[in-house]
Amino acid sequence: MAITRADVEKVSLLARLQLSETEIETLTVELGKIVAYVDQLSEVDTDGVAPMAHAVEVSNVFASDEVKTSLPREQALANAPSHNPRGYLVPPVLGG
Amino acid sequence: MSQTYTTIIGLEVHVQLATDSKLFCGCSTQFGAEPNTQTCPVCIGMPGSLPVMNREAYDLSLKTAVAVNCEIPEFTKWDRKQYFYPDLPKGYQISQYDLPMSANGYLEIHDEKDRFEPKRVRITRAHLEEDAGKSVHDEQAGTADSEIDLNRTGTPLLEIVSEPDMRSSAEARAYLSELKLLLTYLGVSDCNMQEGSLRVDANVNLHLDTDEGKVATPIVEIKNMNSFRAVERALDYEAQRQFRVWQETGKKIGDSPKQTRGWDDAAGITRGQRSKEESSDYRYFPDPDLVPIIVTSEQIQEVKDALGELPADFRNRLIREFGLSSYDTDVLVNQGREVVDYFLEVAEHCDDAKAACNWVTQEVLRALKERESIISEFAISATNLAGLIQAIVEGKLPKTRAKDAFELMMVDGIDVASTVDRLGIEQVDESALESLCQELLDANPKIVADVQSGKPQAVGALIGQAKKRNPNVDPGRVREICLKLAQQE
Repeated sequence: MAITRADVEKVSLLARLQLSETEIETLTVELGKIVAYVDQLSEVDTDGVAPMAHAVEVSNVFASDEVKTSLPREQALANAPSHNPRGYLVPPVLGG
Repeated sequence: MSQTYTTIIGLEVHVQLATDSKLFCGCSTQFGAEPNTQTCPVCIGMPGSLPVMNREAYDLSLKTAVAVNCEIPEFTKWDRKQYFYPDLPKGYQISQYDLPMSANGYLEIHDEKDRFEPKRVRITRAHLEEDAGKSVHDEQAGTADSEIDLNRTGTPLLEIVSEPDMRSSAEARAYLSELKLLLTYLGVSDCNMQEGSLRVDANVNLHLDTDEGKVATPIVEIKNMNSFRAVERALDYEAQRQFRVWQETGKKIGDSPKQTRGWDDAAGITRGQRSKEESSDYRYFPDPDLVPIIVTSEQIQEVKDALGELPADFRNRLIREFGLSSYDTDVLVNQGREVVDYFLEVAEHCDDAKAACNWVTQEVLRALKERESIISEFAISATNLAGLIQAIVEGKLPKTRAKDAFELMMVDGIDVASTVDRLGIEQVDESALESLCQELLDANPKIVADVQSGKPQAVGALIGQAKKRNPNVDPGRVREICLKLAQQE
């Protein structure tokens, strides 16, 4: 499965990445190589093998419904590029 | 060109489940806290944090799914839905994609006023997912930044998706009311729309019969409806708008992508929003941080057995056991579980279930409404109301004084025996009643003459006088006796 330039443009749009012309070209080649590498898996005969949802054979892990202490607000906000004392600040979100 | 169309409606309802803590971490789900005080590394997506499934959230969703007649697959898992939005700190939402926890259910709807035939609305699926945060944009400030509050991030939601089985805004409203009622009976959510505990998105388009055969208009998803009334209005508006656009452009389904429109309640119109990304653009994949859930048929059976009576069961029982009309039954059941329980207790303690129903649906509900109160805080206990009804049945309390007694019982919270004492109600014995009537007839020869000349309604004037003399008299008896005595004269 070859990666095309259009694939890279679409994925970069979904990931909100602004790529230069050169980057798009480099990434088309590099992503193509990655996908080709992973694509080797399709050589394995999986007829009659149930699809796996998880890498470990564990299920039904639950926590009880108990309120635990949350982060102090200053700490929660500390890494944000921009914030005021109440919340995170981002460029205007309209029509959400 | 055809002038008629059928409106095709499907609804997506997001219900916030009534847990104390979030879906994958221990932060509180309490509404109304100071912004960003209920977050932790898990729900704000810090690297290295690990989500763990909240057992109560799963149990509540299982209960709901069973109650809406869904099939529960043995195996369910969690997936990541990827999209970028400032209120989604991880860059993905933990949701369920190809193996939801339930599917293929249904909900029966009917209309109190019989505006549509009772019908079964199929439910495609119900799945669990986490909520996003909230962005607040200061309109006044214009270009200023938006502020993000992540308290709601990670709150458990059950998304209930219906098939496009509804054909009018009235049917959509009935579906929502019935679903909300069911959820409240189950106690799985408070369903408070103002606080966002219940959110509705609608998918709507039109089917038209034209000269070239059946035609469908492009599907529109309507968001931002904050009340059931808003849903009704938005659907009515949107159907008309789509018909108009179809007449103008002739655009059919497939000619343009699915559109998302927001409802503007003040303006009473829908407005176009960003066009919907294709489902594959969310690039779902299984969440490696969460393990799947396997549920046995025994567990599902246990949940079914523990459901208790639901609104539909109560409606059937009230009609069957007490002979109530379906209208009265709806009034009682739609008031919620507590009112039904109150009625059942009243009915159990008196010999007139129909009267019990009338008292509850009329006087009690009116009194609650006037006081903006709820049944659990009502001053007349169910047994006291039953006592009042029984006193009427047994003739210890004249019907004419029943409302006075009710008012007094409500103010003082006393039982009917004390009330009868306090009101000075005595049974008027037959001879006293006869002599009272005779006195009145003697004082009003004209009325006697009228009655004798074939105008029995003339005694009406005497009833008021009799009540003035003795408030305990039964007007019906006064009428009977006066007529009898007048004829004898």
